[in-house]
Amino acid sequence: MPANRFNGHTDYGIGIGLRSPHYHHILTRKPVVDWFEIISENFMIDGGRPLRILDQILEQYKVVQHGVSMYFGSAERPNREHLRRLKTLVQRSKTPWLSDHLCWGSVDGRYTHDLLPMPYTFEAARSTAQKIREVRDFIEIPVAVENVSSYAEFHVSEMTEWEFLNEVAERADCGILLDVNNIYVSSQNHSFDPFTYVNSVPAERVAQIHIAGHSKYRRYILDTHDHPVIDPVWKLYARAIERVGHTATLLEWDDSIPSFDEVHDEALKANRFLASASLAAAV
Amino acid sequence: MKLLNLQRRMARAVMTPLTHSERMRTVAPDGRSMRAVASQIIKPNDRLTSFERLEIYNRQYWFRVLSAFAEDFPGVRAVLGGRRFDAMAKAYLIDCPSQSFTLRNLGSRLVSWLQKHPSRAGERQNLAVDMARLEWADIEAFDGLREPSLKPEDLAGVNPAKLRLRSQPYISLLALRYPVDDLLLEVRKDSDDLDVASNAFNERHKRKRVGAVAKLNPSAIFLAVHRLDEDVYFRRLDREEFAILSALQAGKPLSAAIESALRGSLIAVADRAAHVEKWFHTWAALGWFCRLEKSPKNEKAASRQ
Ligand SMILES: [Fe+2]
Repeated sequence: MPANRFNGHTDYGIGIGLRSPHYHHILTRKPVVDWFEIISENFMIDGGRPLRILDQILEQYKVVQHGVSMYFGSAERPNREHLRRLKTLVQRSKTPWLSDHLCWGSVDGRYTHDLLPMPYTFEAARSTAQKIREVRDFIEIPVAVENVSSYAEFHVSEMTEWEFLNEVAERADCGILLDVNNIYVSSQNHSFDPFTYVNSVPAERVAQIHIAGHSKYRRYILDTHDHPVIDPVWKLYARAIERVGHTATLLEWDDSIPSFDEVHDEALKANRFLASASLAAAV
Repeated sequence: MKLLNLQRRMARAVMTPLTHSERMRTVAPDGRSMRAVASQIIKPNDRLTSFERLEIYNRQYWFRVLSAFAEDFPGVRAVLGGRRFDAMAKAYLIDCPSQSFTLRNLGSRLVSWLQKHPSRAGERQNLAVDMARLEWADIEAFDGLREPSLKPEDLAGVNPAKLRLRSQPYISLLALRYPVDDLLLEVRKDSDDLDVASNAFNERHKRKRVGAVAKLNPSAIFLAVHRLDEDVYFRRLDREEFAILSALQAGKPLSAAIESALRGSLIAVADRAAHVEKWFHTWAALGWFCRLEKSPKNEKAASRQ
């Protein structure tokens, strides 16, 4: 949905990830961009240049925070220091909502720094939803969970990934950051129909959409964010937009990062689909 | 299987060191069969076995932490050479896996670990430790907290015998044995040169520079790693200058810090006041001291005098 309670009732357009190779271009040329997504962890620090640059960006642009290490799905409780730093940044960035992944990555205080897949069990859904609520209560803004790319499935799973996503989102009453590239990658790795996934997501909970490129290997696909978006992913995006309407969309490009204009132009291709969604809504 | 149990088993497998050819081990160091672990928790598919699917995560883990670690310590890498550095990095990350949500803190235990495992640095242990201390201080200086700086007027009417000055949290004071500050700047210059053709030349140049520094007789070098206008700088300090700052950092009142730092100094007694004044002038200009706290904690500390 365009503006809903999961994205702070905002109506953001097409954004791109704020990455250091583009800082200079952005600050000197001041290109027109609807919004930037920042990786929270890069700015959960006490001082220095990153925060100064963020403040300069915030003077001119809308920024949304995206995290990579809250690990809603880790069995351990949220780390207090992490929460405290995250909240400080939320107050600085004025992000209307905040996203992190539906995954785990730490156990017994040790961090893998990876987005590890969840076992799709009811126990895991309950524990994950509880953690999302805890985080949201602490930071006091809406939270959206993002589906990840995965390369493994567990024997203990009791449902499909999309059923798990719905179960968690319902229990936590949280938003969804729908990553259509991740759906595509996982569908190839686990042999399911990605459209079934997109069609099963509760449209009213979608706060934001991610698009990205990936790398194809002989026997599996890796979510590398180092390529343009491929056609099948655009098709999934089109279907998602058809279902959820004109939704804040963000292109992720994290490796082999080309020029700012190249990344932004790639993101703006989403306009084709957003325009038709607006048209459909108007009719 | 309960969530916590599954996550413990998978994390243990994912963090198990890779083989020399960067594959997942078939037998973990503690004797577990990795095939058995994988097939107990992970489903195979039509293209990959359970083992191969787990291996993707195992490899990803090591590639990620090793590359983040190498990015933070190019100086230590230059000192040890690529092969020894890689072996050291693996051993360090096995002993000290990340305990923080951010990769920034990955190297926080390197200095103490290297001191406990001197053989990991071969014959250049002292040089490697000096370099690790400098590179860690650099990380701390880059994004450490800057508090409001002390202003001259803050000191009006303050008794120096009771005054406790705090330096900025981003500053590290280092007493080193080798001129690793110059060496690190050279290593970075070589690495910044992206011209592929000059890569081999840069590597040779780096090795030569490291070799030259390693041959030097150890001599005391005092350094403040600090930040100015968001850039990190290495500033060489006089011995007494370093001693005053260290004493202040340790919580000594101003008069006592100066007195103890100058005890036994080679600076002529008649010149000392001028030196101290010059140093303080520089430190103030660099904003190195924090504003005095008006908190009850500070007053209590002061009244204990
Ligand atoms: Fe994503």
